[in-house]
Amino acid sequence: MIDIKTPADHPATGTTGMRDLQIVPVRNYGRWIAAAASLLALVGLVGSLAKNDNLHWDVVGDHLFADLVFDGLGTTLWLTAAAMLLGLALGTLIAVMRLSSSPVLYGLANAFVWVFRGTPLLVQIIFWGYAAALYKYVKIGIPFTEVTFFQAETNSLLTPAIAALLALGLNEAAYASEIVRAGIQSVDPGQAEAAHSLGMRPGLTMRRIVLPQAMRVIIPPMGNETINMLKMTALVSVISAHDLMSNIQDVYAQNYQVIPMLVVASIWYLALVTLLSVPQAWLERRYGRGTTRAGHVSPIRRLLGGTMERLGKNSKEQNR
Amino acid sequence: MSTPMVHAEGVRKHFGKLEVLKGIDLTVERGRVCCLLGPSGSGKSTFLRCINHLEKIDGGRLAVDGQLVGYRQQGDKLHELREREVAERRRDIGMVFQRFNLFPHMTAVENVMEAPVKVGSVSKNDAREQARELLARVGLGDRAQHYPAQLSGGQQQRVAIARALAMRPKLMLFDEPTSALDPELVGDVLDVMRQLAADGMTMVVVTHEIGFAREVGDTAVFMDEGVVVEAGDPRQVLVDPEQERTRAFLSKVL
Repeated sequence: MIDIKTPADHPATGTTGMRDLQIVPVRNYGRWIAAAASLLALVGLVGSLAKNDNLHWDVVGDHLFADLVFDGLGTTLWLTAAAMLLGLALGTLIAVMRLSSSPVLYGLANAFVWVFRGTPLLVQIIFWGYAAALYKYVKIGIPFTEVTFFQAETNSLLTPAIAALLALGLNEAAYASEIVRAGIQSVDPGQAEAAHSLGMRPGLTMRRIVLPQAMRVIIPPMGNETINMLKMTALVSVISAHDLMSNIQDVYAQNYQVIPMLVVASIWYLALVTLLSVPQAWLERRYGRGTTRAGHVSPIRRLLGGTMERLGKNSKEQNR
Repeated sequence: MSTPMVHAEGVRKHFGKLEVLKGIDLTVERGRVCCLLGPSGSGKSTFLRCINHLEKIDGGRLAVDGQLVGYRQQGDKLHELREREVAERRRDIGMVFQRFNLFPHMTAVENVMEAPVKVGSVSKNDAREQARELLARVGLGDRAQHYPAQLSGGQQQRVAIARALAMRPKLMLFDEPTSALDPELVGDVLDVMRQLAADGMTMVVVTHEIGFAREVGDTAVFMDEGVVVEAGDPRQVLVDPEQERTRAFLSKVL
C-alpha cells in the first residue's frame, strides 16, 4: 500500500509526467514508397492501354450495348440462375444422401460426386452437347419391357441450351453437395436432439432447424460458386449455346476484332459479378439472424465493399 | 394403483464395449419428482435420454405411461417403432438440456411456438398467445422478441423450459439444467422448476443440486457406474445414506 506513493516522487514516471510527453507514431517510409511505385506502374499501364490504337475503343463502344450482346447476356443470366438452382437442389439431396445411414444411398451419392467432380467440366459440356450420338431416342418406360410412357428424339430435347444447363447444373451439384454437407455438419447435434425431443420428425427437423442454421455456413461459398458459375457459362460457347461468350466469338469471327470484343465481354462479366454481391449480402443477413456477429452491412455498402471499409479504417487510424 | 409414468426394469445400454447402464430398475409415479444423482459417467444422463428414445436401450424394458419406449407390443412380439411413431410419442415428453439447445435463428417466442405450430396443429395466433403466456410464466414476458444470443444462460434455460411445456407434456425430463449456468443464475431456473413441481408435473431431474433434490424431490436415486446404488426419500438418501458410496459422493459435493 505504501509503495503506491513512490512513483509520485519521480515526476517523469508519474501520471502528470506522461501527459506532457509527445507520442511519435511509427513512420512507415517503406509503405509510402511501395504505394507511390505501385500507383506509378498503374498509371503507366492505363496510359499505354488508352493510347494503344490496337485496342479500338470505338469497337468496344459500338458493341457494348449491341443487341447480340444483350441476347447473350440474357442467356448467360438464365443459364447461371438455372444451373445454380439445379445444382443447389440436387446438391442438397446428395448431401442428405451422403449423410444417410443407408449404404446404397451413401454409395450412389459418393459415386455421383466422384464422377462429376472428377472429370473436366469442358468434357462434360461437350458430352451433353453430343449425347445424341450415344442415344438417338429418349424413352421413359419400364425397363426390359415394351411399356413406354414417353419417347422423343434426343436432338430435339437436348438443345445446346439444355445441354449446357445439364452440364453446368450436374457439375455444380457435385460441388454444392460438399458445401451443403459441411454446412449440415456444422450445426450442433444438440439442435436436432432438441427438435426430436419436441416430437419433430427427421424431415421437419432438417427443414426447419438444421438447414436454416447450415445456411449461415453455406451461403458464403455458394456465393463464390455463383460467381464462378457466371464465368464458367463462357465454356458452353464450345457447343454454341448462344451465351454472351458465344455471341462475342461470333462477332470477332467476322470482324477479327478479338481483343476489343473480349474487353466488351469482360466489362459485362465484371458488372454482373459486382451486382451479384448484393443478393449475397442480403441472404447472409437474413440467415445470420440471431447471431450477434452477423451483418449490419447494408447491400449498397457491401457493393462498394472493401473500398469503403478500408477508407473508413484509414480515417479512423488518422484520427488517432 | 394407476400405471406409473416411468417404469424401468433391468434397462441396459452400452456404447461399443463400454456398458453404461447395467440393469436399471426405477419407477416414477404420476405427479412425482424423481431426482437422479451421481458422479459423472454414472449413466444418469444416458438413462434420462433413453426415456424419450434419444438413446436406444439394448436390454430390459422401459415404459412411459404404460407404453413401451421405442417398441409396440403385439402378442409376444415387439415391433420397432417407425420414426413417425417415435416422434408422436415424444410429443408428450418434454426435455430440457444442459446446454439449453434453443434454436438460435428464432426469437424466444418463435422457439416456443415452433413445435405446437409445426408438430401439433395449433394455429399461429393461438400458439403465439400460448407462447407469450408460457414465457410470462417463466418470468420472461418482456423477452419474447429476443434471440437466444441476446439472453443470459438462465434466461435461455427458462425459455427452453417454456418451449418444452408448449407441447403440454405429461412428463418433463431435465438433463442437468443448471450445470452450465453461472451460480447467480441457478436460482431463477430452480424457482421455475419448483413451481412446475408444485403444479403437479411429473419430473425426472438429473442434477447436482443436492439442496433442490432434498427440498423438491419425492425420490432421490443415487447412481454409480451404471447401477442404482440407493433410492428412496431424499431426506433419507441425501442426509443419512445407507451405502458407503453415496456417503463418499455426498461428502465430496457438499
